[in-house]
Amino acid sequence: MNPQVVVDGLINGALIGLGAIGVTLTYSILRFANFAHGEFITFGAYAAMAIAGGVATLVVGSDAGLGALSISPALILAAPLAMALTAGFALALDRILFARLRGASESISIVMASFGASMAIRAAIEFVFTSRPAYFTRDLQIARPIAFGLKATPNQIALLIVAGVLMVGVHLLLSRTQIGRAMRAVSENPALARAAGVDVDMTIRFAWALGGALASAAGVMLGLLVQIRPFMGFDLLLPLFAAAILGGIGSVPGAFAGALVIGLGEALTVQLAGAEWRAAVAFLVLIAVLLIRPSGMAGRPA
Amino acid sequence: MSEAAILSVERMVAGYEPGLPIVNGASIHAARGEIVALLGPNGAGKSTLIKAVAGLAALTSGEVRFDGKDLTGMPAHMRIREGLAFAPQNENVFATMSVDDNLRLAAGFLPSARRASRIAAMYDAFPDLARQRGLLAGRLSGGQRQMLAIARALLAEPKALMLDEPSAGLSPKFVEFVFAKLADIRNSGVTIVLVEQNTRAALALADRAYVLVQGRNRHEGEARALRDDPTIAALYLGGVETEGVA
Repeated sequence: MNPQVVVDGLINGALIGLGAIGVTLTYSILRFANFAHGEFITFGAYAAMAIAGGVATLVVGSDAGLGALSISPALILAAPLAMALTAGFALALDRILFARLRGASESISIVMASFGASMAIRAAIEFVFTSRPAYFTRDLQIARPIAFGLKATPNQIALLIVAGVLMVGVHLLLSRTQIGRAMRAVSENPALARAAGVDVDMTIRFAWALGGALASAAGVMLGLLVQIRPFMGFDLLLPLFAAAILGGIGSVPGAFAGALVIGLGEALTVQLAGAEWRAAVAFLVLIAVLLIRPSGMAGRPA
Repeated sequence: MSEAAILSVERMVAGYEPGLPIVNGASIHAARGEIVALLGPNGAGKSTLIKAVAGLAALTSGEVRFDGKDLTGMPAHMRIREGLAFAPQNENVFATMSVDDNLRLAAGFLPSARRASRIAAMYDAFPDLARQRGLLAGRLSGGQRQMLAIARALLAEPKALMLDEPSAGLSPKFVEFVFAKLADIRNSGVTIVLVEQNTRAALALADRAYVLVQGRNRHEGEARALRDDPTIAALYLGGVETEGVA
């Protein structure tokens, strides 16, 4: 077995993890499975591409890679803007669609609405940007030895660091800050949270914005490592849900751990069984978890 | 009487689903520094009444005034800022959060300079909680949970505290302890509205009481007088103590 799967698996897992945090937050705070979460990933990637394109037209040369990276200054500027834009997009979708359905109807209507939103957003993105794959950069990256005989491209290393920083940041946010405590409180008991003075509506909006921003970061990563396509987020939906459920739905550290298991599992499967089996990994994990331990690794029994 | 009332509920109709009112015209008043008990059989609407006052059950009609303000339509999270605190019966703490985080959460809307001192004051008042501050609240005993629920509700120095069956599920010794704490809290100037199945203990503590039946006022008066009233005793005092341990 080639130890290189560890690098591929970690990167893949980090990317799934960034997306799975949003899925698990939406599920635990709003109690529905948001099928449109994949589209936040796609939206984020295209938003970053459009902004980076705009910056590159204004500032000549800002689209050249930085040092060994093929990540340009224009993209480094565009990524946080795209995260903010995707956060706003998630808030708008909640305002226009989900907020109207909350409380008034059964939760299955909200899930179906999210499915409809997923299709509509994907179609709109395809309409604007066409279905032809796009790239942040055409530069080729050469993998270099790092340690223990493992190789990674400079982009992979940089993105792994960024994903790690984001995950640690989210963990600290949830465990150490007032808004983090409020999110945990609302997910456990919204009525008690209200009695304790928590503005539940504001907390819900924060969770949407955070989920959207992290999904956008995953989209930019995926765009840099592979390509940007209208289906990129939707195709990631199953691994996102598998990671969130494996980790115990509602648990953010659980979603990180679940994502790493899925990421490593996919990388291992590609090497041992072939790339055509990759998509089966998330399915198998999902079925196994639901059969053996539906509450997930960190979850509490429902 | 109602001039001195800090809390007044007039002809309340409230419930959880439209068209199915659980409170059906009940009115209660509580004066500053008073302990008022709400008694009555299961399903009388006692809990729903205080939940509607807390903003956690829907008010169809009627009026809720607190400390000179109309609370109708005010979101629940704003009512604690007005000085009206509520400790629910079940799931009265955040089980997946530490004792400390439960208190920090409740301190969230205070000015940052006051947060630490108020949390410290609660640990002084409830030394048991101070010893367990790092423990997940879900691992506390029933009595300690009730203490945490009360500490959480008192954290922001409310003018009034509403409690839904603070004795439920507690051992008789702990009920005594909790009720003694409630007497202390009242002596510090806080008005208390108490929903109880444990009628004897509630009437021993309270100044006045209301007996609700089917969402309406049935009896009201001084706690002492209700305790000695043979009709009340026959209707509501016989055997209720076992019901309290639900």
